Amino acid sequence: MTDLANDQSFVKFDRVQKSYDGENLVVKDLNLAMPKGEFLTMLGPSGSGKTTCLMMLAGFETATHGEILLDGKPINNIPPHKRGIGMVFQNYALFPHMTVAENLAFPLEVRKLDKSVREEKVKRALDMVQMGAFGGRRPAQLSGGQQQRIALARALVFEPELVLMDEPLGALDKQLREHMQFEITRLAHDLGITTVYVTHDQTEALTMSDRVAVFEDGRIQQLAPPDTLYEEPENSFVAQFIGENNTLEGVVTEMKGDGLCEVKLDGGEIIYAKPVNVTKAGDRTRVSIRPERVEMNKERLQEGAHTLKAEVLEFIYMGDIFRTRLRVAGNEEFVVKTRNAPDQPRLTPGTQLEIGWLPEDCRALDA
Amino acid sequence: MSDTTSSGPMLAADGTPLKTSLARALRRQKIRALALIAPLLLFVMITFIIPIATMLFRSVENQIVSATLPEATAALQAWDQTSGEAPSEDVFQALFFDLFKAAEAKEHTKLGTRLNYEQTGTSSLFRTSGRNLDDVGEEWQDPIEDIAPALEDGETWYAMMSGTGSNDLLEARRALWNDMVPDTFNGDVGLTLSDEIAGMLPLTAAAYSDWAIFEALEEERDISTRDPWEAVYAALGLDLRNPETVAAVNAYSGPHAEDLQLVTANLDQMPDLMFRDAFADLDEDWLDPEVWQTIKIYSPDYTSGYFLNAIDMEKGPDGAQMRPENQQIYITLFIRTLWMSLVITGSCILLGYPVAWLLANLPLRTANVLMILVLLPFWTSLLVRTSAWKVLLQQQGVINEILVWLGFVDDANRLILMNNATGTVIAMTHILLPFMILPLYSVMKTIPPSYLRAAKSLGATNWTAFWRVYFPQSVPGIGAGSILVFILSIGYYITPEIVGGTDGVFISNRIAYHISSSLNWGLAAALGTILLAVVLVLYWLYDRIVGIDNVKLGG
Repeated sequence: MTDLANDQSFVKFDRVQKSYDGENLVVKDLNLAMPKGEFLTMLGPSGSGKTTCLMMLAGFETATHGEILLDGKPINNIPPHKRGIGMVFQNYALFPHMTVAENLAFPLEVRKLDKSVREEKVKRALDMVQMGAFGGRRPAQLSGGQQQRIALARALVFEPELVLMDEPLGALDKQLREHMQFEITRLAHDLGITTVYVTHDQTEALTMSDRVAVFEDGRIQQLAPPDTLYEEPENSFVAQFIGENNTLEGVVTEMKGDGLCEVKLDGGEIIYAKPVNVTKAGDRTRVSIRPERVEMNKERLQEGAHTLKAEVLEFIYMGDIFRTRLRVAGNEEFVVKTRNAPDQPRLTPGTQLEIGWLPEDCRALDA
Repeated sequence: MSDTTSSGPMLAADGTPLKTSLARALRRQKIRALALIAPLLLFVMITFIIPIATMLFRSVENQIVSATLPEATAALQAWDQTSGEAPSEDVFQALFFDLFKAAEAKEHTKLGTRLNYEQTGTSSLFRTSGRNLDDVGEEWQDPIEDIAPALEDGETWYAMMSGTGSNDLLEARRALWNDMVPDTFNGDVGLTLSDEIAGMLPLTAAAYSDWAIFEALEEERDISTRDPWEAVYAALGLDLRNPETVAAVNAYSGPHAEDLQLVTANLDQMPDLMFRDAFADLDEDWLDPEVWQTIKIYSPDYTSGYFLNAIDMEKGPDGAQMRPENQQIYITLFIRTLWMSLVITGSCILLGYPVAWLLANLPLRTANVLMILVLLPFWTSLLVRTSAWKVLLQQQGVINEILVWLGFVDDANRLILMNNATGTVIAMTHILLPFMILPLYSVMKTIPPSYLRAAKSLGATNWTAFWRVYFPQSVPGIGAGSILVFILSIGYYITPEIVGGTDGVFISNRIAYHISSSLNWGLAAALGTILLAVVLVLYWLYDRIVGIDNVKLGG
């Protein structure tokens, strides 16, 4: 499903560039291939080019250079209304002067379907999002979550093969958002729709997607399934952007043969890490380690782990987890997350202790 | 409600009903709000609402006829206006004394002007007659003075009329004066009428009181030495036509009884003049029943005459009737005003909609430049803009010259773009366009572009997306702009006046004419009231059909 070399790709960006002002590229050399039925998320901070990519796919922006192919056919010169792509907008864009049912019937009407067919499809789409009883209401009479469902139903009612979603859950509260995340993925998989989903919320991206494309500075920094993205970030931007991350800066002193390298931190400590995009001794590096992979209980340290001295600066009780901020090798923002277990001590600021982790969990990335 | 413990009104913590405490809590806020608007409210009340209300009141007010001719109009009520003949002698006699007073106070010309609105010629009739009433009075004055030379003297008269009594008659006469003249005759006249004389010579006492009040309070002269005016002698002559009065005079022994008895002894020298003939001599129009019809129809204090006039009707002997065809103008004008305002509103929508759309969708910098261009006409005087259109539209004007030069129009058949409805529509569309563009723009600004994108992504062509999705949402802007433009144009004055000629003028031009040229303020007020009512009715209709909630001036 995630085979990049698949030539049967349903959506393909081929060396696409986009510039608005003729001076700066918003999207730089974008290459992306999506097989049919995939749920792909474009994740990135605002201004990273992800929405522009979506708009080019939808046809509201034209690519300055390069080709976008849909089902093998270039679509650069096809106007939006002929592309047959369903789209869910950030603010839902439900037409306020039409009822819910009229909103849903709109795409069917412009396709000149018979009234009976229209009604049947509208009913089915409303039932699909469990909104069957709301056909006669106006969008303004619905809650945010209900509007969201209607927007989804409207994007799906004409049975498009590709659906684009532009931060569709941004306006919902946390609980509703989590619920809708689940519903959207369920629908997408049940109906076998290819979905491109844009968000800046990494949790959303990780929980919903088959693959995530991390955007930054107009480029895809990494395109991978969520677990790979989290556990094996390819560069320090991805490591920083996805989840929480501790970084320690230093210089590679030796590349070892066993898949590790030796890094001398700026504070003088020597640690071992897995080289990701450092190649030789002398490269500056940023070593990244996930907060939950750090062990503060010396007795539980695994074989081969190395230890560093640390001082507790802050202890935050967060319910299910504890979050401890430490000073480690000169970094005062070093965070450790521990499960709220009965044997887990609640550390007081000022405590001196030793922490440790496995060198395999520690990735030496670009500086 | 689950949180009420008992039935009955909800109570606050201290036991008072919740509504009462809420009202008390809100009262301060309300007073504050009222205090904030009070200065403006006061200003608008004093300088705008009250003057306009009194102005509108003029459309029905009609006291001038009965105030100027109180006794004549009272006497006229008995006259049968369908008889085809002028009224009888008693009406003319009352008219003489009323008109004499009015002429002295120079009020008769105002009445003439007022009645002239209803019947032309009345103005000059009143003016010339008022001037010559003295001559009628002298018909009695001369013989009386010949018979009793003492009655030439004001002192004699003063001594003869003075005495003791309640002075009711004098006060009644003063009230009549006050109805007629704009300022009030208050203050001491310096005369106490003798009850005996007043009972014996009622007409004379009334006429003398009229003179005394006017002489003492308006002219501020000493009435004990001044000679009374001619009408007093006429009144004496009329009093003495009654044989009982003559007998009473002969038995009278008060001051200067001997002079009065001299007159009664020589009654054969008194004229047997009838006022009907005297007025006919002054102007034969006084025998025209139509003049009297007009006076009688307009003698009530309030009249619907101005309103009938404003809708091309008039009061006839049998009630309201249409004016002759060639005198009908106002209904045509009203219809033309409404129709042309609709045309102007329509062309403002056609021209303004694309501009507003552009304004709302261009990038901010470009939109600002365009907005300045839209507002630019606002910063130029209305008069200058209209005059500019005059230069452009006239037959030797810029537009015609260009069309002739380009060969589209033959030199001999230049387009008539001005001094007709076309000119008014062109110039007013230009002038009112910003009032359409601005509300449209502010509404369009609130329509997110994602609606159009959504429509297109759902398969709608550009046109369908616009017509089904964008346009319905811009309708409140069209509504607001249309109301503004329509209501502004329905009352527009300057532009139609300058470029409208005769075919392109509005009802407001006619109102202005009656305010400043013909001075028929009552008719102007009636026309204005009708215009106001039409606007309110249209507003109400609009609310019923479109819904005023659907009007948005912004956000």
